[in-house]
Amino acid sequence: MGGYESILLTVITAATPLLLAAIGELVVERSGVLNLGVEGMMIVGAVLGFAGAQATGSAYIGALCALGAGMGLALLFGFLTLHLVANQVATGLALTLLGLGLAGMIGEAFVGQPGIRLERLHIPGLSTLPFIGPVLFGQDLLVYLSLALVAGVSFVLFRTRAGLIIRAVGDNHGSAHALGVSVIRVRYLAVLFGGACAGLAGGYLSLAYTPQWVEGMTAGRGWIALALVVFSTWRPLRLLAGAYLFGAVGILQFHAQAHGVAIPSQFLTALPYLATIIVLVMISRNRVLTRINTPACLGQPFVPDR
Amino acid sequence: MQDHETNPPPGAETRRSGEVLLEARGITKQFGDVRANDDVSLVLRAGEIHALLGENGAGKSTLVKILYGALEPNAGTLHWRGAPVRISSPAEARALGIGMVFQHFSLFEALTVAENIALALPGGTPLRDLAKRIRSVSQDYGLALDPDAIVADLPVGIRQRIEIVRCLLQEPKLIIMDEPTSVLTPQEADQLFLTLERLTAEGCAILYISHRLEEVKRICHHATIMRHGKVVMECDPAQETAGSLARLMVGSAVHDLKRGAQVAESAPRLELRGLSAPPDGPFSVALQDIDLSVKGGEVVAIAGIAGNGQGELFDLLSGERRAQDSGAIVIDGTASGHLGITHRRRQGCGFVPEERLGHGAVPGLRLSENIVLTRHGTGDGLVRGGMLDMGLARRMEQRIKSNFDVRMSHDDPEARALSGGNLQKFVIGRELDRTPGVLVVNQPTWGVDAGAAALIRQELIDLSRQGSAVLVISQDLDEIFEVADRIAVISRGHLSPAEPAVQLTRERIGLLMGGLEEGQGKAHHAA
Repeated sequence: MGGYESILLTVITAATPLLLAAIGELVVERSGVLNLGVEGMMIVGAVLGFAGAQATGSAYIGALCALGAGMGLALLFGFLTLHLVANQVATGLALTLLGLGLAGMIGEAFVGQPGIRLERLHIPGLSTLPFIGPVLFGQDLLVYLSLALVAGVSFVLFRTRAGLIIRAVGDNHGSAHALGVSVIRVRYLAVLFGGACAGLAGGYLSLAYTPQWVEGMTAGRGWIALALVVFSTWRPLRLLAGAYLFGAVGILQFHAQAHGVAIPSQFLTALPYLATIIVLVMISRNRVLTRINTPACLGQPFVPDR
Repeated sequence: MQDHETNPPPGAETRRSGEVLLEARGITKQFGDVRANDDVSLVLRAGEIHALLGENGAGKSTLVKILYGALEPNAGTLHWRGAPVRISSPAEARALGIGMVFQHFSLFEALTVAENIALALPGGTPLRDLAKRIRSVSQDYGLALDPDAIVADLPVGIRQRIEIVRCLLQEPKLIIMDEPTSVLTPQEADQLFLTLERLTAEGCAILYISHRLEEVKRICHHATIMRHGKVVMECDPAQETAGSLARLMVGSAVHDLKRGAQVAESAPRLELRGLSAPPDGPFSVALQDIDLSVKGGEVVAIAGIAGNGQGELFDLLSGERRAQDSGAIVIDGTASGHLGITHRRRQGCGFVPEERLGHGAVPGLRLSENIVLTRHGTGDGLVRGGMLDMGLARRMEQRIKSNFDVRMSHDDPEARALSGGNLQKFVIGRELDRTPGVLVVNQPTWGVDAGAAALIRQELIDLSRQGSAVLVISQDLDEIFEVADRIAVISRGHLSPAEPAVQLTRERIGLLMGGLEEGQGKAHHAA
């Protein structure tokens, strides 16, 4: 049965970076900001996470560096789009380009170096359970964190006043301002949270997924995370389903290719995208719910009139 | 307090002796070249309903925003209970005890009623307890609300209730109300007036903005009249007539409407035959077997309380939603239920939806571009060989502007730059410019000042007298009696038979609105 275990394990490792990056972006977009720089924040997180771990010998400090790197770029994004009211789409795209270039430059020295892997935490008693034990209870910290974030974001968004304020700002920033909510501050905090999550997602790649630095190692995962947020209609639990579905189909098609299934490999490679889009479109078919969940102010600049 | 209600004239003077809550001195606010407020002073006293009157663009909204902390004045000071204050945000205004009911709704459409109200209150109340309070307060004041409903699904009348209940729950000392009754039925408005009387008896001050002068005369103790950003007059409205108040606001007399003779018997131009439609959303109303015929040369009005199927009926009439049965909507003898908006426009129809900004006009597009949007397919020559003739669109815009007195600060502005009344004149003028054979208007003068409303109503009557069929859906009974030849009442998706306006009384319409003859002939609904 070892084969199935390892498949499940790889599904989780494939889904975790997507989930981390997407859950952060979900909060950002719920507050009405569209940050297309997820890919850029991820890759800078990956390289600085790797560098931090190399310098200190601790993968955890590496993860903290990754988090900080994502937040740093997010702060830049926030300053440009929220303070200077630059166009969010253009700024986000520029952020991705900046991140990719920056990471390539910083990472030059690290190419080919062996990395430090984030340790797997074995939960006593549970991780030795047959079959599911090692898969469910023998993961590293970031896997647990990603799942906790989904639960936490879901709770905060829909059950607390802070979440209500975030959704209100995303729905109608003019009215939120009229009620005395500091729209810019709420959005800054959301953008920073999104940056931290994207940075961690990048750190996961260079510290757990493949503990090494390879240029361009995010390989478009930031864009997939962005798409997942939209297709999940900005709902955290659907996002979880989407990220794991994408991870699962991606891994399964690898195995199908390895077993020599008589289907063109291009089709198999495209399968995760197709499957995720189809499933998420199906579950978000209810137009009324979609309309209610879509942040109406998404991407719109806000200038308070005084 | 009871004495003042029965003897208003002496009451007005004694009320003026109440404690001064908020005083504005010499407020001036400049927007570019326009001086929206010019040295405005105002004294609001406890226990007083203070009317703020003026045409659209007179500067009322600007002044109110300054009092509520949403705008900062260029000059002038505010004093709360005698002490100078600086109100630099709505939160500070609320902390002082100033509440506001907005005219242009400040609601969050994606959120529930309870969530919308929670946002305006200090934190700490669990949503479930708040929902209970909303139910009890809204019932108490006769403004029933479902705390779990999502605002996007609610009609404007209910949204107005949310604004009012939200304000009441803040337990304010001073309430600013911007056109609170414009979407309420007479009964709902009466209920609100009782609420206001109760609040003033409790020592609350109310600043009341309304275009309905009769109601100002009835409930307000003092009035400040503004024109072109300046205070022109203070008076006791009970001592004035509606005509004299209107004259003070406009600066000249407002003409009564000229009805003209109805065109003699002509063929029906718009007919509804057993029009039914299931609800298209969780909170929408089903239309039940609606029959109506509008002849050329007459104005038929549909009265009703907000949220009884007016919006659904308008969507089916305009073709935004297609009817299941094509023969249920007949335009000039052609079964049209299956046709889309552009097809119906080509048949000579014009439509003016309720919400002017966002539905009637695209806020970010210029007026000429908004003209292209409704008239590109109607054979007006705006599209030639796939290319737009923007020159023609701009000439149309100029024509509508001068024919309908649309005032704007510069040529061909974006729709969102116009004030509510001016945009409404434009949206209606755009349809009337084509002289449609059938015109359907939903809430033609909502939130529009007396002068503009009179102009719009006159145009509707004039259009019908040229042989067109005009259907007006409105919640304003004064308006309905001014324009309509026949009146039908919609209640929970049922439409009463249209009866000649001269034979109907307000009381009877009120009863019909309450569902008196709902589903006539259907046993289970007979009241």
